[in-house]
Amino acid sequence: MSEQTFEPGSQAAPTAVAPRSSSPLLTVEGLAKHFPVKQGAFGTKALVRAVDGVDFSVDRGETLGLVGESGCGKTTTGRMVVKLLEATAGKIVFEGRDITRFNRSQMRALRHDLQIIFQDPYSSLNPRHTVGKIVAMPLQVNGINPPGGVKKRVQELLETVGLNPEHYNRYPHEFSGGQRQRIGIARALALRPKLIVADEPVSALDVSIQAQVINLLRDLQREFDLAFVFIAHDLAVVRHFCQRIGVMYLGKMVEIGDRHQIYEEPAHPYTRALLSAVPDVTKIGEKGRERIRLEGDVPTPLNPPSGCRFRTRCWKAQPKCAEVEPPLLQIGTGQQVACHFPETGPIA
Amino acid sequence: MTATASSAATSEVQDDRPYLEVDDLRVQFKTEDGIVRAVDGISFKLERGRTLGIVGESGSGKSVTSLTVLGLHNMARTRVTGSVRVNGREIVGLDEEKVRRMRGRDMAMIFQDPLSALHPYYTIGRQIAEAYLVHHPGQKAKAKRRAIEMLDRVGIPQPQRRYDSYPHEFSGGMRQRAMIAMALVNDPSLLIADEPTTALDVTVQAQILDLLDDLQREFNSAIIMITHDLGVVSRVANDVMVMYGGHAIEFGSVDQVLTEPQHPYTWGLLQSVPSLRGNAEDDLDPIPGSPPSLINLPSGCAFHPRCAYRMIGGGPCDLEVPELLPTAQEGHVVACHLPENERRRIFAEEIKLGAE
Ligand SMILES: Nc1ncnc2c1ncn2[C@@H]1O[C@H](COP(=O)(O)OP(=O)(O)OP(=O)(O)O)[C@@H](O)[C@H]1O
Ligand SMILES: Nc1ncnc2c1ncn2[C@@H]1O[C@H](COP(=O)(O)OP(=O)(O)O)[C@@H](O)[C@H]1O
Ligand code: SF4
Ligand code: SF4
Ligand SMILES: [Mg+2]
Ligand SMILES: [Mg+2]
Repeated sequence: MSEQTFEPGSQAAPTAVAPRSSSPLLTVEGLAKHFPVKQGAFGTKALVRAVDGVDFSVDRGETLGLVGESGCGKTTTGRMVVKLLEATAGKIVFEGRDITRFNRSQMRALRHDLQIIFQDPYSSLNPRHTVGKIVAMPLQVNGINPPGGVKKRVQELLETVGLNPEHYNRYPHEFSGGQRQRIGIARALALRPKLIVADEPVSALDVSIQAQVINLLRDLQREFDLAFVFIAHDLAVVRHFCQRIGVMYLGKMVEIGDRHQIYEEPAHPYTRALLSAVPDVTKIGEKGRERIRLEGDVPTPLNPPSGCRFRTRCWKAQPKCAEVEPPLLQIGTGQQVACHFPETGPIA
Repeated sequence: MTATASSAATSEVQDDRPYLEVDDLRVQFKTEDGIVRAVDGISFKLERGRTLGIVGESGSGKSVTSLTVLGLHNMARTRVTGSVRVNGREIVGLDEEKVRRMRGRDMAMIFQDPLSALHPYYTIGRQIAEAYLVHHPGQKAKAKRRAIEMLDRVGIPQPQRRYDSYPHEFSGGMRQRAMIAMALVNDPSLLIADEPTTALDVTVQAQILDLLDDLQREFNSAIIMITHDLGVVSRVANDVMVMYGGHAIEFGSVDQVLTEPQHPYTWGLLQSVPSLRGNAEDDLDPIPGSPPSLINLPSGCAFHPRCAYRMIGGGPCDLEVPELLPTAQEGHVVACHLPENERRRIFAEEIKLGAE
């Protein structure tokens, strides 16, 4: 990839994208996952293009948010990154090593650095194990004996996530949703990972508890210089937690940029529509404000629209949009956008 | 914006009273762990053409309140006292058959999970038509026309064809819309929506909220919108009731409750939600602790263990349950022992909301 310069604000001349830092922690290129499924009465074989060629990178200590409507491929992307799912195509590079085809035993060594937190604080913890055992599991599986012993380390971890170390011998059902999510976070931290994929970590929590857990994740991120791939559908939560944000639609990345670029000057029509749809308490009294009304649902990933996948719902669609797939290119304001006719200027 | 400002009530019976009147409603469940006081003395009124938002965290009694209004709670392990009048008719203690005849037309419900309301083995169209036939027996052809018309109204493409689809052939958003079509097929005067958009994407949520707006304008229905999302409430409600531990702790117009709130719990809720505005680098301001168990509610003000403003040392906060009392603003009532001028001072000086 060659570096090119361009005039700020010159929408006409988008350029190919240069890597942001010389050695990102994680680089994902052309990542794809196609699930074979049987369809219709005759069981015809078909492919669900859940993720269909996605590029992004995450620097050390950086928080990248992934947003988009249900079914757009966020979870599938996250699970491929931590290798809970095998990629159909593409490349995952972690700390300079291509881990795409790593086998189980090769992955075991990587588990130190790469962890995942799940959405559901109820089903992700084994109900028959004590909290102590759950948090100690990654240490034991990896044969690690920290100085001072496993129990001491686990109690430290419980304290780090704001739980009482005395709770070591209790079972998950004795805890509230927010506390269970803290247990999941303590488990993810046990090996001192460099990157955590967090899939909707606060979506199941009540607002007051959600704020507690977001603050905790932010503290931990700063303290341990953790990098995050943070998956969420709540755009306000993502704005709060993430420095950079990727917007996905039907298995594609349609826009990726920093917080200011995405929330103040989004260029992809879909990003604008998403932001416009969020009901925000601080917008009270602005009821007459123009909202972008998106019609219809996301099309099926079994048979995505030709050209730009968003064109069936896009109010700006032109004939070109059905013929040519827009590549993800950098524009004047600095973010990368996949659209033939990107929007300009701050949002209303 | 007061609770009585509506010109409503063009239809049927009562003209001068609110369509829904709930008075000192209490609902208790007997469980193995003890008695759950899910709703503990709630009163409110709602007129046609208006929307009441009920907010609160999970387990605060929102759904139980609404199910009781629908008369779905007269079971053996449940004790309901107080009064719920729909269009002047008392629901509490009314026999099941009579309540059933009211459901659908006098009051209808949209649930969070459309699959709980739609039967997997029958086509969507047939289920909507059946709902129509309950109140219009024998009118089969009309029922089918009505069902197709409703599917069209809620934005299902090709409604004639989609009439014959099964629930699993619809996406989540379409199912939610189909359930709304079913709830609205008899033009209900009161519609209760219990977290109708919680499981949906913001884009679909916006479509559904717009749809409810349109339908309300058309049929002049009263709507109760139950949600934990303050953004949704700010978008649709005229009045707001905030619930905590089975009690209403603040009630007023949407402007009163969301822009000049007087209860420390409401402040906490507003401060803990992240916003699309304001400084994203600032930490959020969560409410410490977690919501209480309804079996063993804290003494006095149920919020006192989490309240930063409780009057420690001699104060009544942990001893007396605060009553819901009027404020200087007409229609705005608050249950907190702090004097009103003190609450106003704290809100003005100490409470920062996302917008600033
Ligand atoms: N095992 C599977 N077999 C077939 N299709 C699948 C499978 N797993 C996921 N999919 C499909 O792949 C697409 C992407 O799914 P994914 O779970 O990644 O979405 P998501 O963006 O995380 O959505 P949500 O916000 O609902 O969690 C969806 O269309 C989904 O139905
Ligand atoms: N059928 C039931 N039996 C026992 N307890 C119940 C029943 N239904 C609800 N509850 C309890 O009543 C309280 C209020 O519930 P609910 O109204 O559903 O809360 P929410 O505000 O989340 O809608 C909760 O503690 C709940 O567990
Ligand atoms: S490429 Fe065309 S259809 Fe796609 S988002 Fe841009 S304008 Fe809309
Ligand atoms: S009554 Fe006391 S504890 Fe309850 S909200 Fe008011 S100040 Fe806080
Ligand atoms: Mg997901
Ligand atoms: Mg509920």
